[in-house]
Amino acid sequence: MAIVRANVLICAGSACVSSRAYEFKDALLKALEEAGIRAEVNVVDTGCVGTCDLGPVAIVYPDGVFYVKLKPEDATTIVNEHLLKGRVVNRLLYQQPMTKEVFPSLSEIDFVARQKRIVLRNMGIINPESIEEYIAREGYEALAKALTMTPEEVIDTVKRSGLRGRGGAGFPTGLKWELARKAKGNPKYVICNGDEGDPGAFMDRSILEGDPHSVIEGMMIAGYAIGASKGFFYVRAEYPLAIKRLELALEQARNYGLIGENILGTDFSFDIELRRGSGAFVCGEETALIASIEGRRGEPRPRPPYPANKGLWDKPTVINNVETLANIAPIILNGADWFSSIGTEKSKGTKVFALAGKVNNTGLIEVPFGTSLREIVFEVGGGIPGGKKFKAAQTGGPSGGCIPAEYLDIPLDYESLKQIGAIVGSGGLIIMDEDTCMVDVARFFLEFTQSESCGKCPPCRVGTRKMLDILERIINGEGEEGDIERLIELGNEVRQDSLCGLGQTAPNPVLSTIRFFRDEYEAHINEKRCPAKSCRALIAYQVIPDKCRACGICARVCPVGAAQGKPREIHFIDKNLCIKCGDCFAKCPFGAIEKVDIFLEKS
Amino acid sequence: MKSLEDLRRIREQAQAQIRLRTQETNTKIIVGMGTCGIAAGARETLMAILDELAKRNIQDVVVTQTGCVGLCEYEPLVNVVKPGQPKITYMKVTPERARQIIASHIVNDQVINEWVLSTEEGV
Repeated sequence: MAIVRANVLICAGSACVSSRAYEFKDALLKALEEAGIRAEVNVVDTGCVGTCDLGPVAIVYPDGVFYVKLKPEDATTIVNEHLLKGRVVNRLLYQQPMTKEVFPSLSEIDFVARQKRIVLRNMGIINPESIEEYIAREGYEALAKALTMTPEEVIDTVKRSGLRGRGGAGFPTGLKWELARKAKGNPKYVICNGDEGDPGAFMDRSILEGDPHSVIEGMMIAGYAIGASKGFFYVRAEYPLAIKRLELALEQARNYGLIGENILGTDFSFDIELRRGSGAFVCGEETALIASIEGRRGEPRPRPPYPANKGLWDKPTVINNVETLANIAPIILNGADWFSSIGTEKSKGTKVFALAGKVNNTGLIEVPFGTSLREIVFEVGGGIPGGKKFKAAQTGGPSGGCIPAEYLDIPLDYESLKQIGAIVGSGGLIIMDEDTCMVDVARFFLEFTQSESCGKCPPCRVGTRKMLDILERIINGEGEEGDIERLIELGNEVRQDSLCGLGQTAPNPVLSTIRFFRDEYEAHINEKRCPAKSCRALIAYQVIPDKCRACGICARVCPVGAAQGKPREIHFIDKNLCIKCGDCFAKCPFGAIEKVDIFLEKS
Repeated sequence: MKSLEDLRRIREQAQAQIRLRTQETNTKIIVGMGTCGIAAGARETLMAILDELAKRNIQDVVVTQTGCVGLCEYEPLVNVVKPGQPKITYMKVTPERARQIIASHIVNDQVINEWVLSTEEGV
C-alpha cells in the first residue's frame, strides 16, 4: 500500500457546490491523473468550512494550505506547483479584505483563528459521507459513554453543562429532557427540528450537510436519556443536500448497528426516521411541527400542555434543534464542567452564527457566547465592505431585533440581547451599513412573517397585515402623524395575543427599529425623506455635471432609457422615465450619479 | 458492531485516513522537487520514501515537497525535521539513501553525517 502523502479537502457545502466546487474537483482529479500522482493524493469532500463568500475553497493537508475562489482551470496549477513541487500557489490564497495581507493556512486567517469550534469541530476535516471518518474523530464514543451512565446521570450532565436550546428560545436542554423523562406515557419520542426558516440563516443546514453523524449521535443520547426508542428528523425539503447526506448517514449507522436493536451490546434500541417538511415557516414552531409529522396541516396549538408531556401522537416528546443536538456528544465526552467554562454566566458554550449582509467575510462562524458584536463584525467578519459605516445588526431574523452601533460592544448572549429588545435567535446575523433604511428592514421582515402566518389566530393574521400596511405607507411617503404610535400599539397586541411564537415575535423587528431608529421613521413620515436614501419613492437619481465624463455607461446600463446624453456631452437622467433601479449609480465609474431626496427638492 | 471494542477498532483503522489533517507536531520529510530536483531523480526518491514508510508502517511522518533552494548540484535534497531538533538537509539522496535515512534517522534517531549538507537550528 502506498502512503497517501497529501489530502485535498474540498468544501462540499451547498454554497460551494453552487459555485461549482464539483467542477473544480473533477478537474483536480483529472490533473492528478495526468501528473501520475493520483494514488498519493486523497481528494475528499468535506462540510462547510464557513467561508461561503470565498467558495469554492479547498484545504491541502498536511500543510493546511487554504485556497479560495477556485476555478476548474486552477486545478492544474495546484497539482503542478503545490502537489508536485511543493510551491504554494500565492495567487489563490486568502487575502484579508482590509489589510490585503495574504494568509497561507486556514487556521491563521482571522475568520477562523477567532472562532471556537465545538459544533463545527469536524467541518473542513472529515468527509460527511464517511461514518468511518466521523468515528476516527471520536464519533459515537459519547453514545458509548452515555450508555454506561444511567439516564439520570446523562440528564444531570446536560443540565450542569448549562446548554440551552439553540433554536431561538434558549430553554435549558437538560430541563427539557428531565421533564420528558418524568412525563407519563409510552412510547416517547425525540424530534430534531431541522426546519430552519429565518431569512439569512443556514447554520442547521450546514451542520446537517457537514457533520450529520454528530446530530444523529446527539439525538440517540437524548433518546437514551428520556427513555425513547424512536426519533424523527424533520428537515425541510428545500435542503436536498442535507437530506441526502442525512439519509446516507442513517444508512451507514444502521449498517454498523449503531442504530437498531441492542446498540453496542446494551438493552438500548433506537430507530430514526426522516420526515421532510415542505417549507412552511410556522412548522419550525414545535406544535405545528408535530402536527406536520402526524400528517396534519402544520398549525400550532395552544401550550400547555407542552410536548414534553403531550407531544407527537400525544406522547411525551423532546424537540431539539439541530445545533443543540450537535453539542451533546462533546458535552458527554468532555464533561459538564468543560462546557460550562465556555461562554458567560447564563449562556454557556458557543453559538454558530450565519454571518450575512454588509460584511466582508460572510459565512458560518462559531464563537463563544459573550463575544462582542464588534469582534464578530470587524475581526471575524473582516469589517464592512467599501469602507462604509456600520449601522446595525439584525439578530434572530424575523423574530428578532436590531442592535445599533452604540451597542457594538454588547456581549452576545441570551440575557444581554433580551435587554435591548433583540434575541440570539437561531443564529442569523445580518449586518447593515449606512445605506440600509431601517424602516425598510422592518418592512422586509414583517412582510416575511405576514406571508408565513398560518392564519389560525386573528392577532397574527390580521395584526401583521395591518402593521405591514402602515409600514408600506410610510415607505411610500404616505405616512401619517400617529403611525409610529399605531405600530407600537398594534405590535404590543400582536405580541401578547398571538397563539404561537411566530405571531408573538413578528412585531419585534418593527418595535426594535422604532426603539433605536425612531428618527428614521419620523423623517419618512414628517419630512417624506429616507435618511439612508434607500426607499425608492423618496429619492431620485441625478447626474453631477462636474463629475460626468460623458462615457455613456449610464445610458448603456439603463433598462428604460432614462439615462441619456450625446457623445462628449454631459449626460442626464429623465426623472419621468427613471424607475430608480440604481444600475447607473452602481456602474458609473466616476461617481457622477447621486441620490437626492425628492421631497426636499420640491420645497 | 456489537461493543465498544468494535467501535474503537474501527476508529483506529479510520484514524489513518484522516491523520494528515489533524496532526500538529510531527516529523516532516521535505523533498526538494524543483525542476532541478526532479531532473536529478527526486521523484524516485520521494516514491522510495513513501514506500519505505508504508513498509515499516510509520504513520506519524508527514512527507511534503519544496522548490529549488539554489543548490541544484546537490539535488535530490531531502530535509528531515523532527520536533525540537535542528533541520537536517541531506544531499544527493538516491532511493537507496532515502531508505537508509528512514531506517537510521527516522526510526533510530541517528543522523547519517556523511550525507549531511547542512544543519539548521530553530526550525
